[in-house]
Amino acid sequence: MALRRVGRATISSVERLGFAARFSLAVVVHAPAALRRLRLTLREIYFSGVLSLVIILVSGLFVGMVLALQGYDVLTRYGANESLGVLVALSLVRELGPVVAGLLFASRAGSAITAEIGLMKTTEQLSAMEMMAVDPLARVVAPRFFGGIVSMPLLAALFSTMGIFGAYLVGVRLIGIDAGSFWGNMQAAVDFRYDIVNGIIKSVVFGIAVSLIAVFEGYHARPTAEGVSTATTRTVVASSLSILALDFVLTVFMFRGLGV
Amino acid sequence: MPAANPAVVAPTCPTEIAVELAGVSFGYDRNRPVLAGIDMSIPRGKLVAIMGGSGCGKTTILRLIGGQLRPQQGRISVAGQDVATLDRDGLFAMRRKIGMLFQFGALFTDLSVFENVAFPMREHTKLPDELIRDLVLMKLNAVGLRGAAQLRPSELSGGMARRVALARAIALDPMLVMYDEPFAGLDPISLGVVGQLIRKLNDALGITSVVVTHDIYESLKIVDYIYFVSEGRIVAQGTPQEVRASSEGFVRQFVDGAPDGPVPFHYPARPLVEEFARAG
Repeated sequence: MALRRVGRATISSVERLGFAARFSLAVVVHAPAALRRLRLTLREIYFSGVLSLVIILVSGLFVGMVLALQGYDVLTRYGANESLGVLVALSLVRELGPVVAGLLFASRAGSAITAEIGLMKTTEQLSAMEMMAVDPLARVVAPRFFGGIVSMPLLAALFSTMGIFGAYLVGVRLIGIDAGSFWGNMQAAVDFRYDIVNGIIKSVVFGIAVSLIAVFEGYHARPTAEGVSTATTRTVVASSLSILALDFVLTVFMFRGLGV
Repeated sequence: MPAANPAVVAPTCPTEIAVELAGVSFGYDRNRPVLAGIDMSIPRGKLVAIMGGSGCGKTTILRLIGGQLRPQQGRISVAGQDVATLDRDGLFAMRRKIGMLFQFGALFTDLSVFENVAFPMREHTKLPDELIRDLVLMKLNAVGLRGAAQLRPSELSGGMARRVALARAIALDPMLVMYDEPFAGLDPISLGVVGQLIRKLNDALGITSVVVTHDIYESLKIVDYIYFVSEGRIVAQGTPQEVRASSEGFVRQFVDGAPDGPVPFHYPARPLVEEFARAG
């Protein structure tokens, strides 16, 4: 009996993975539709990007300030407190920016996308669209998917920028580290290609993962209140785990030669 | 359309048939058939109702006609085209000639009333904005809601939402309009308004209408012909006059609203005595 349950769950998971793969392919095929409907895509960038600004900026500021306090405490033990700027910038640009912004993006925008598409399905708006000979993948899914991909790297960059600003407030203004060494060391140590570009690549990959999971879960939600609620939860959980797993894989590939 | 004898499915000229179902069977899984051998013929320009209890497969018939589902057996043709043989492009081309009103309107909640009605025009035509504006206002005027053009769907009552959805369904002047439970949850005034609109639009625009409903009284007032579906089969059919005069068990139970009859009150269970004896 237990074996049968395990088998059923495995078959169901493989089936769902197959659905997800076919769905991803269909979304990519409909990519030109998002460009043709540029106004809709811009609207989605506003909803998933601009409306996420508050949580991203405030979180970035606090993460940067905490990072500066903790970093200063550790660096002082080794007499390297002038390197605070480097520590904060590398932590944010390489890891915390893309990862924390990705987690926040999944909670704020990913869940909203799933709930919206799921409710459109529940209220038969997607069926109505199909019956009007309009493909919901082109009209509803593709703009949201590409809106998410565009928004995510921009939000991650803003998160890192606010984090560095928060660290500057704490390190330079509050603690009194020399501003010249804070910015100068940072400028010398942060490499554009290895640190900033790799951070951007990470945030783009996280954006693709979160957006794809969000539209997939919404589109395949059971058309009931409970179904939409479950789909929204699945989006946040699956997106968060995917971000953390992808981060590890990407970090292994990106920074292996640097002894990181 | 079938005439006096319910067993006869009539029109002699095939070009006059807008929708035809021949021996259609369908089930969402193999063990639970929803429809079994449905034969139906809907002539052009007529208003036909499909009636039956909840869950009897009425809405499934609409989804089969619209190509959202494919029959496991049988043939469905719309304007002479076999729906099951159409590819996606063919299906979308066919759907441009069909309007559908969903049970609760299915209006797009992120668009205004005006934009909801303009939606099919913007998607399928390259008409200039001025012309789209005039057409949308004409459609809204036809359902009495020109003044509500700038409202959001959340600001509409159930009856108003249904009328906006009706305006959207006829936006591209379809040859066939399908209505899924258009009377559900409406107050008597809205119900009468929607019923009359369905009839008037059918006649004025020369379209064919299929109404899926369980509202027998409103249907008898407006439709030309009625099919009764129960347990996936057509159990009776006829004109409103024939239905009123019918002594057929299912029709009588439906018309009279009797709780018990061919459709039993009790869900199948063991005999009551046996049930209590086991408990004792």
